[in-house]
Amino acid sequence: MNLNALWEYANPKKFIATTDRVLPFVAWMAALLLVTGLVWGFFFTPDDYKQGATVKIIYLHVPAALMAINAWLMMLVTSLVWIVRRHHVSALAARAAAPVGMVMTLIALATGALWGQPMWGTWWAWDPRLTSFLVLFLFYLGYIALWEAIENDDTAADLTSILCLVGSVFALLSRYAVNFWNQGLHQGASLSLDKEENVADVFWYPLLVAMAGFALLFVALVLVRTRTEIRARRMRALEARERMQA
Amino acid sequence: MIPELGKYAGAVLSSYGVSLALIAVIVWASLRRSARVKTALEEIEKRRKSYD
Amino acid sequence: MIALLTRDMRLAVRAGGGFGLGLAFFLIVVVLVPFGVGPQGALLSKIAPGILWLGALLACLLSLDRIFALDWEDGSLDLLATAPLPMEGIVSVKALAHWLTTSLPLVLAAPVLGVLLNLPAPGFGWLLVSLALGTPALSVIGTFGAALTVGLKRGGLLLSLLVLPLYVPTLIFGAEVARRGAEGYDVTTPLALLAGITCGTIALLPFASAAVLKINLR
Repeated sequence: MNLNALWEYANPKKFIATTDRVLPFVAWMAALLLVTGLVWGFFFTPDDYKQGATVKIIYLHVPAALMAINAWLMMLVTSLVWIVRRHHVSALAARAAAPVGMVMTLIALATGALWGQPMWGTWWAWDPRLTSFLVLFLFYLGYIALWEAIENDDTAADLTSILCLVGSVFALLSRYAVNFWNQGLHQGASLSLDKEENVADVFWYPLLVAMAGFALLFVALVLVRTRTEIRARRMRALEARERMQA
Repeated sequence: MIPELGKYAGAVLSSYGVSLALIAVIVWASLRRSARVKTALEEIEKRRKSYD
Repeated sequence: MIALLTRDMRLAVRAGGGFGLGLAFFLIVVVLVPFGVGPQGALLSKIAPGILWLGALLACLLSLDRIFALDWEDGSLDLLATAPLPMEGIVSVKALAHWLTTSLPLVLAAPVLGVLLNLPAPGFGWLLVSLALGTPALSVIGTFGAALTVGLKRGGLLLSLLVLPLYVPTLIFGAEVARRGAEGYDVTTPLALLAGITCGTIALLPFASAAVLKINLR
């Protein structure tokens, strides 16, 4: 498949036409996978011998945390595409993805705290992973706030894409700084939820399904929101033209 | 059918509750905004047609 | 470029330039902390390095919008943009001016305020070093934030929201140097990382700030 053909979809009209056909499928697949994964995980898996029933939170926490990061990565890529090729759909897709990524971060934080309470005895612990997600949440807030604050569409797209770039570097820096900050004080005491260590198959398969469900949910929502942004942008342009002709 | 959650019932159920609620909120907000903008755009397009 | 630097510094020191405000804010914050956490010397001693770093950081933050605001309002920023100086040079000079007029006084005041918070004796030196090394990064990062929000009404709060997360790595390593120094531990790692951040931001961020300013001046 000719990769150049991909740029065709950067055309707003083509994007809407294509997503008209694709969106229902994505949305239904997302719902199917999400329900399957969560039902399977909640009802049909055993308890962990160390963590008891709280292991069931993994089917929410891990996929949400994964998508929180992936959403930002997607925003980074689309911001770069805007900077280099000036495709409006790309900039609007970044804008569309931010609130979804923010919600994923919130879910990761909330489930992390709720999982941590019975495990660690406190509602919040400054565990490096949770703390990094808290910082990521602040990055999302700032990015969204900047879009909202600027009137001119192209200026907003330019400024927010640079913020996303710079923010990504600092987010990465913060990740290392936070790891250093916590581990530096409590050598060895690992409070982080070690999910990657030998997750048994019986937990792993429903987790995979849940991760797929969350991923498709993200895609579906971004498609919906990007279409909305495209339409809103066209609406603003037409309104401005109307006002000039009046 | 509901599994034995024991002493962790609170943590597990509220996790599912909060997560599903947040997902519902973002889905609903996205769909609602989409519908609103779509209708508003259609109105403007109609008005334009009546000019040309 | 030197002319720009001296101009900015003169403007800052003149009445209405807000020169002493950062210092006053720093002092007030430090005085307020014991009211918030209680007067026990041992406790204050423990948190002193962090509080002093935080106070300096916040005082820095509050003066950031001043970097471009006045020039934006009276049109000098447009003039500067057409000058033969590269924009990267202009933003670097602005950041330097901010550091000299706002951050440097904070760095020098910090040990004095450390006395109020019962800072342990070995901490004074390391506090100075960490702040001296870290505040340039705060100025450069702050200049980036100020460039993003220049010309926005009510830009101040948005500026804080954008800049504070960017300050996290500098704060973590800077406060870590001050804290380890105060407790007598080895400071090499955080010190090196802090220096790395400062050098990296000074070298690279002006390009982003210049791009942002050019966009805003369109």
